[in-house]
Amino acid sequence: MITRRKLLRSGAATGLALATPGLFAPAIAQGAKIRIGYVSPQSGPLAGFAESDAYNIESFLGTQVGANFEVIVKDSQSDPNRAAAVAKELIVDDEINLMIVASTPETTNPVATTCEAEGMPVISTKAPWQPWFIGQQGNPGDPASWKPFDFAFHYFWGLEDVIAVFLNMWNQIETNKQVGGLFPNDGDGNAWGDPNVGVGPGFAAQGYTLNDPGRYQNLNDDFSAQINAFKAANCDIVTGVVIPPDFTTFRNQALQQGFNPKIITVAKAILFPQSVEALGEAGHNLSSEVWWSNTHPFTSSLTGQSAADLAADYTAKTSRPWTQPIGFVHSLLEVASNVMGRVSDVTDAEGVAAAIAATDMDTMVGKVAWNGAGVPPFAAANVCKTPLVGGQWRRNADGTFGLVIVDNQTAPNIPTGGTMEALA
Amino acid sequence: MIWLDTIVQGLLLGGLYALFAAGLSLVFGIMRLVNLAHGDLIVLAAFIVLVVVEATGLNPFLSALIAAPALFAFGWALQWFVFNRVLGKDILPPLLVTFGLSIALQNGMLEVFSADSQRIPAGPLESASVDLGAVTVGIMPLLTFASAVAVIFALNQIFYRTALGRAFRATSDDPVTASLMGINPRSVFAMATGLAMVIVTIAALYLGMRSNFDPSIGPARLIFAFEAVIIGGLGSLWGTLVGGAIIGVAQTVGAQINPEWQILAGHLAFLAVLLVRPRGLFPRAVD
Repeated sequence: MITRRKLLRSGAATGLALATPGLFAPAIAQGAKIRIGYVSPQSGPLAGFAESDAYNIESFLGTQVGANFEVIVKDSQSDPNRAAAVAKELIVDDEINLMIVASTPETTNPVATTCEAEGMPVISTKAPWQPWFIGQQGNPGDPASWKPFDFAFHYFWGLEDVIAVFLNMWNQIETNKQVGGLFPNDGDGNAWGDPNVGVGPGFAAQGYTLNDPGRYQNLNDDFSAQINAFKAANCDIVTGVVIPPDFTTFRNQALQQGFNPKIITVAKAILFPQSVEALGEAGHNLSSEVWWSNTHPFTSSLTGQSAADLAADYTAKTSRPWTQPIGFVHSLLEVASNVMGRVSDVTDAEGVAAAIAATDMDTMVGKVAWNGAGVPPFAAANVCKTPLVGGQWRRNADGTFGLVIVDNQTAPNIPTGGTMEALA
Repeated sequence: MIWLDTIVQGLLLGGLYALFAAGLSLVFGIMRLVNLAHGDLIVLAAFIVLVVVEATGLNPFLSALIAAPALFAFGWALQWFVFNRVLGKDILPPLLVTFGLSIALQNGMLEVFSADSQRIPAGPLESASVDLGAVTVGIMPLLTFASAVAVIFALNQIFYRTALGRAFRATSDDPVTASLMGINPRSVFAMATGLAMVIVTIAALYLGMRSNFDPSIGPARLIFAFEAVIIGGLGSLWGTLVGGAIIGVAQTVGAQINPEWQILAGHLAFLAVLLVRPRGLFPRAVD
């Protein structure tokens, strides 16, 4: 069979390419740059995670290293099925050399699974490693059947880190140690809420009791069942991994029904200043895990910028406040270009995968090296952990919000800016 | 106590579903048209209210008041230029047209407004509540329920107290005889769809203030609206309110047992009603 590649190769050899330059010139020109495919939720409920993509890619392509690359961005529309479909398009139609993917298991998992099946090296981030690694296994319930991946690599933190951070924050305030859990029926919710490997046993180890009413559907219209369960258990603390629209519905309904816990610490929903601002007064002193901030003591391997420089430059160029994903999208491009700089043949998928595995570099989000540090043996080859601390949103007089790091026991090199405060 | 609260919250949720369903019920009652694009029309109306809010900076209720006449005109034109062409003995062509309209609307909105989820800002009203002793209820759900009752009351007044309502009922019963009496069924249908779009605007207002919406969520709302109409009995407006309340209560009771049961419980209640009363609780129409 004559494929486009075969024709190109033989064509070049026989001088066909010279005879018909118009036909083949574009293909040769395209081959000169290393092609990176990037799947992210540009639109839909998860769009906030991808807000800084355009900024980061533009500044990456503007660097000396970045000039050798072409980044092809595809929108997952926050839909796992579409994420898998566009991943396939990138591999088959755009003939990329390396895939990068970010933002929640709903995006990273379908893309990583597609890449693993197609033999395309992929670097993934911005999803806790358990839902990423275990969620892609054929049988997530049976640890004995879990297999490492040949082409899929991930760097982020894990549930054990988020448990430690949440507990450190909660321990700063006197409570009755009753915790209400909001876990939806999605990749994150099922991993966090799992009674054996989720957050519950970790909380129990320090005397905190998790009250989990069960999985609900995302985009829920009514949280009164959860609110009643939390009231009945007299919960001083609410936690969970909630999408922003649902957290808005829950928080408003809780206020309407007079449920006022001392601490609300949720992942996902209050990552972004915009979603916290939408809550108004109700957003003050909500707490969350912090993976990156403008006070993190890291610098970029690409531009030499510090975290504060990157955040300030983003705000200057886009006139929007900095968000946590900025550092990670930046680091994703750092890692991708570092990997491609260490391979001899960018089209050799095995070689690229080996280069990813051998990565050992300092990035905007800390050290990235797939050396298995802090990761259980079954995931050691594919997962690398970055530091995690705890923070709280503080409302300023003008209605804007600032994120203050209030606990750094898990990563003492990251400075704190205050201590934990109870909700009003 | 918890059960009382669950039922009250369910009733209030039912008000939202009844609002979604009222427009559907009206159109079906008069012209036997099953509008599969109803959910998407609600989302479209929500976007239009949002655009008015953002453009004028007015309060969402005033914005909806501004948007309503525009949507009435849109509904009138939709019926006059599109649905009237396919209405006839055969029920399939109008069904297919509304199905096509649903897809066209979703993709059109995706193109214009993007897939981002949006919210109509309502300020302090969002979290305000009143303490009724045994239960505490939010002002917003209470307003939603009151609006559903008001809309259905107003529709009943129009139906049974006005010349327009008489024309609606006559056309619904027998379009041929009605036209012998000097009524133009086509213009009656256009008025009905216009009126339905005004109700859709009210539903959209509450949908948009209560939670976030994006172009793809219409069909999910359509299912609850359909179930409310069918539980209540085709053509009965008060039945639609009862149907909405039954689904709302079933969902909150199901969620109280286990949140995984929330959506399923609503569907089970719908099936149970169909088993006992295949034509709904208060069927008005004979056919």
